[in-house]
Amino acid sequence: MTGSHTTTTKGTRGARPFWRTLDEQADDPKFVERLYSEFPSEIEAITDPVARRTFLKLMGASLALAGVTACTRQPAEKIVPYVRQPEELIPGKPLFYATAMPLGGVATGLLVESHEGRPTKIEGNPLHPGSLGATDVFAQAAILGLYDPDRSRTLTDLGEIRPWSAFLGAIRAALTAQQPLKGAGLRLLTESVHSPTLAAQIRELLSHYPSAKWHQWDPASPENARAGARLAFGEYVDAQYRFDQADVILSLDADFLGGGPGGLRYARDFASRRRPEQADRMNRLYAIESMPTPTGSRADHRLPLKPSEVESVAWAIADAVTPGPKGPGLQNPAHAKWSEAVAKDLQAHRGRSLVIAGDGQPATVHALAHAMNAALGNAGKTVVYTQPVETEPVHQLDSVRDLVADMNAGKVDLLVIVGGNPVYTAPVDLEFGEAMNNVQLRVHLSLYDDETSERCQWQIPEAHFLESWSDARAYDGTVSIIQPLIAPLYGGKSAHELLAAMSDRPERSAYDIVREFWSAQDGAQNEFEASWRRWLHDGVIANSAYAPKTVTLQSPVAGRLSSVDSRQSPASSPQSPAPSPQPPATIEISFRNDPCVLDGRFANNGWLQELPKPITRLTWDNAIIVSPATAAKLRAEGTPAFEGGEHGQILSLVFEVKYRGRSVRGALFPVVGHPDDCVTVHLGYGCSRAGHVGTGAGFNANAIRTSDALTFGAGAKLIATNDRATLACTQYHHLMEGRGMVRAVTRDEYVRDPKSIHEGDETPPKIITLYPEVKYEGYKWGMAIDVNACIGCNACVVGCQAENNIPVIGKEQVLRGREMHWLRVDTYYRGPAENPETYFQPVPCMQCENAPCEVVCPVGATVHSSEGLNDMVYNRCVGTRYCSNNCPYKVRRFNFLLYQDWDTPSLKLARNPDVTVRSRGVMEKCTYCVQRINAAKIESEKEDRSVRDGEIKTACQQACPAEAIVFGNLNDPNSRVAKLQSEVRNYSLLGELNTRPRTTYLGAVRNVNPELGA
Amino acid sequence: MSQIFHRSTNTIARVSMFGAVFFIAGLLGLLAQINRSPWVTTARAAKEQPIQFSHERHVAGNGIDCRYCHSSVEDSAFAGIPPTKTCMNCHSQIFANSPFLEPVRASFRSGTSIEWTRVHDLPDFVYFNHSIHVRKGVGCTTCHGQVDRMPLMWQEQSLQMEWCLDCHRNPEQYVRPRGAVFRVDYEPPANQLELGRRLVAEYQIQKLTSCSTCHR
Repeated sequence: MTGSHTTTTKGTRGARPFWRTLDEQADDPKFVERLYSEFPSEIEAITDPVARRTFLKLMGASLALAGVTACTRQPAEKIVPYVRQPEELIPGKPLFYATAMPLGGVATGLLVESHEGRPTKIEGNPLHPGSLGATDVFAQAAILGLYDPDRSRTLTDLGEIRPWSAFLGAIRAALTAQQPLKGAGLRLLTESVHSPTLAAQIRELLSHYPSAKWHQWDPASPENARAGARLAFGEYVDAQYRFDQADVILSLDADFLGGGPGGLRYARDFASRRRPEQADRMNRLYAIESMPTPTGSRADHRLPLKPSEVESVAWAIADAVTPGPKGPGLQNPAHAKWSEAVAKDLQAHRGRSLVIAGDGQPATVHALAHAMNAALGNAGKTVVYTQPVETEPVHQLDSVRDLVADMNAGKVDLLVIVGGNPVYTAPVDLEFGEAMNNVQLRVHLSLYDDETSERCQWQIPEAHFLESWSDARAYDGTVSIIQPLIAPLYGGKSAHELLAAMSDRPERSAYDIVREFWSAQDGAQNEFEASWRRWLHDGVIANSAYAPKTVTLQSPVAGRLSSVDSRQSPASSPQSPAPSPQPPATIEISFRNDPCVLDGRFANNGWLQELPKPITRLTWDNAIIVSPATAAKLRAEGTPAFEGGEHGQILSLVFEVKYRGRSVRGALFPVVGHPDDCVTVHLGYGCSRAGHVGTGAGFNANAIRTSDALTFGAGAKLIATNDRATLACTQYHHLMEGRGMVRAVTRDEYVRDPKSIHEGDETPPKIITLYPEVKYEGYKWGMAIDVNACIGCNACVVGCQAENNIPVIGKEQVLRGREMHWLRVDTYYRGPAENPETYFQPVPCMQCENAPCEVVCPVGATVHSSEGLNDMVYNRCVGTRYCSNNCPYKVRRFNFLLYQDWDTPSLKLARNPDVTVRSRGVMEKCTYCVQRINAAKIESEKEDRSVRDGEIKTACQQACPAEAIVFGNLNDPNSRVAKLQSEVRNYSLLGELNTRPRTTYLGAVRNVNPELGA
Repeated sequence: MSQIFHRSTNTIARVSMFGAVFFIAGLLGLLAQINRSPWVTTARAAKEQPIQFSHERHVAGNGIDCRYCHSSVEDSAFAGIPPTKTCMNCHSQIFANSPFLEPVRASFRSGTSIEWTRVHDLPDFVYFNHSIHVRKGVGCTTCHGQVDRMPLMWQEQSLQMEWCLDCHRNPEQYVRPRGAVFRVDYEPPANQLELGRRLVAEYQIQKLTSCSTCHR
């Protein structure tokens, strides 16, 4: 193979080519050579306990036995009907229930599919303002979390299994002892509470024990946003953003597309303004950020800065747009042009612009954003303030610090921890775990027997949100009743039941508690039943969103801000602008929640662990993330080292990060677009008690995260060690050598000539085929994917995994390029590695009309359907893998081993009964969710009509918050997909191969500010 | 060479070479027939059940409609096996003390399901939907046979793919008017092909033979 290839893998279209990895950009001939080596020698050397000879012996034996096993009969199956069948249930047909998922307290409305009582798939609730029918990766993966066999299963006291009644006795005794003290020794530690019922229960408890204290600590809730609002307005308020109203957006290190409260809604609204067909309505996004995020990737202008430098640029822009006293000026004059242009653009769009600050930034930056929005007349238009959605907003760092102080002072007798894992997540300098030893009785309610449970006498298994009744508010205050889909699998208790256990009526169920609370809220008693049923059905309580509130900025803003105690921003104080030309001896360190496992709460979820993280495409690990230039400066040779073929793996040098006397060791990983002299580490890894999946993955960045540098801080040192670690990065997998994978132009170019998007396109050959032309009567399924709308959030990937019973294979197999995701999100870059343009491209099976896979299958296991689907017939497949070899899009996945867990009972419940569970030796791939197509077709034919447009949504389409994926019937000229495919932007991936893919793409259009250039 | 082999050897060699072709073809044909035989498909072999339930008695004797027990047949992929409650609707009054029905009463008392043995067991990679077949005029007895003459239930047809495809390719051979779908005494008329063609057009029956129609 090697010699015949003389071209590079780089896309050669136009003057500015796209690239995927640094090696590719550098155009290293060695890289190209390795790329084409079919059997890269390094691969064998990984860790293969089965030598070739043993393998052949085993294969011989299994081949001989294979014939024998084929003779067995199918075992007799049982049919187990109900004794009394529930009224609404039709066996074989799923039911959908509305519920909500709290994350960081904030609810996202969901519809959960239930097959005969077992939840199997989660979709967004279209009626819910925070979802609008979309979901994020965490909601999609919650199904696996529910059935996780590693969840805490039994109530234990010092490791011994005890009944709930024993706990009731123990807590009653402890509370009776607190009675005369008015609860002076009682402490309650919760996560952020957005549940009105839980808040009422806690307040009732505190009214009984007036001296008791309620503390909160939730690493997933926006601490700095809270503090920033307080700084700007003198009170806690929540900001909601109206991205559909905003023409110009400035993000100050805010990853509003990547999650957080309202993230799904924001992504939908943002994407609705990115349709170049309505060029005059296209918004423009400026993003300042350190770690590259989905938001920065979608930005028209991105400025990579160290976290500490963001404030300085924010000041410069604020100076230009707000009246009053001036800030300290720019730290680095190089950013003057950028900030001036942004300020000018913002001012040109008064009332239609938006400034948003990220939670990684200190309160000052948040206050500046509020001040800018006020000065630009955006308040009430693109940004709306409401009372806080959280029931009791506090400064959580202070809260947990107070708790530790009290524990150390011996003031705490009874500590009840409701959810969360503070021993692992609390700032390391507080030594939360050590302090806990001073407490007499410690109780922990949690999903997992984790690091905190280890230090508590009582560990109570928590009921999953799909197992218990509760309620929670969405980002705008809308209340959802959380209804369970299944009885607790492991007898778990909810927070409501734990709080009830501490009250006078300990045996109340969560259902009674929640219902009682809302029945008391609802004035019309006789109509409560009707309202309650309506709430449960809709998944939202109508009109419960908080009304917009008028807030006044504390004045003078600037003066007030510069006098702020800069505890939040230790890295740089705005008063000392000293742009240093020399690189600093030390490095700035930035801590982020991981995009997949967050603060570690999803560490044991295999779907999320194996999900390639946005931008880095790492799986199963976190890493010490630096810019390529910094990596070179640290002389990290061979990082990343490309190891051939499709099976790329990163052999990375292990570094020791030293920060304030503490240190951790992790693998170095250069990320393009990351600012220099700065390192980003993701939290949520290195858990010691996460379960079989999460324990031992990555390193624990919490070990160097102190309370004075929760999000970032200066003064870290990176010391190289002699060790090397292997990282499983999928950016090197499934490279489609060729041209024009992604097409992108600027808005001006597009307006001048929409066809410019296809510039440099190779003229597809005249259609020459030996096969007769096929006419597709009836339905002709197709898909359009808008590269311009895709935010790379991965929700489609997990949605597909949940819908289609796709197995998790583990890091060692990912290193061999065997990940099973039917849908992958490719990342392409263009321009310099310091700050490239970034594009995401979801790639499912293209369902080619002239499918190269079909002609090479010797057993007819992949054939075309009458509707143009490229069918995969598992029971015919013999595993030659010829189809995969011949697929130019690399979308076929092979079960090299028995990846599916066929044994664990709880995981069997999670599977979709409408999709075959594949075994080893079988090829599989995206089917356009043919089970959904068939179901919709059957329903439509029973009603003597044809399938309506939008009736079938593929799992990826349904999950997508940006509506980037549209599926439908191409024979219907009025269908959304047919209209999209007739757009000028529409193009076929590798169309020059005459595969005639049914999945096509819409090119990207960037709305570039002419002053800043492309 | 003639000293070693007799002259007839030539003929024998020719005949046996020629015969081998037929022998192998015959062997393959035999294998194919064995594979279709009830020995492999278990067709027409009554299955042991926890209760000696007789379709003959309930359908022919009492004239109960199929849908009384198999209630989801028009709505769902699964025709439905009646919950114990359905049995007890009648058997709390009729044969209320019969020892044969003790397992039913025990199930109703204890709330434990009766575990029936599946008679029509398609492979797990096949997705069959009752509701659409019923809607398109495929009668119950077309696939399940004369249930009203089965004291214990058996599988009438082979349930092999060629059997499915026989109808999926030429549905006019089997379809009947919608009104007659649940009739167990329905006899196809002499002009079935003519009626079938008319119904195929009227019910918009498609000849679905794509793999993903059933396999996914």
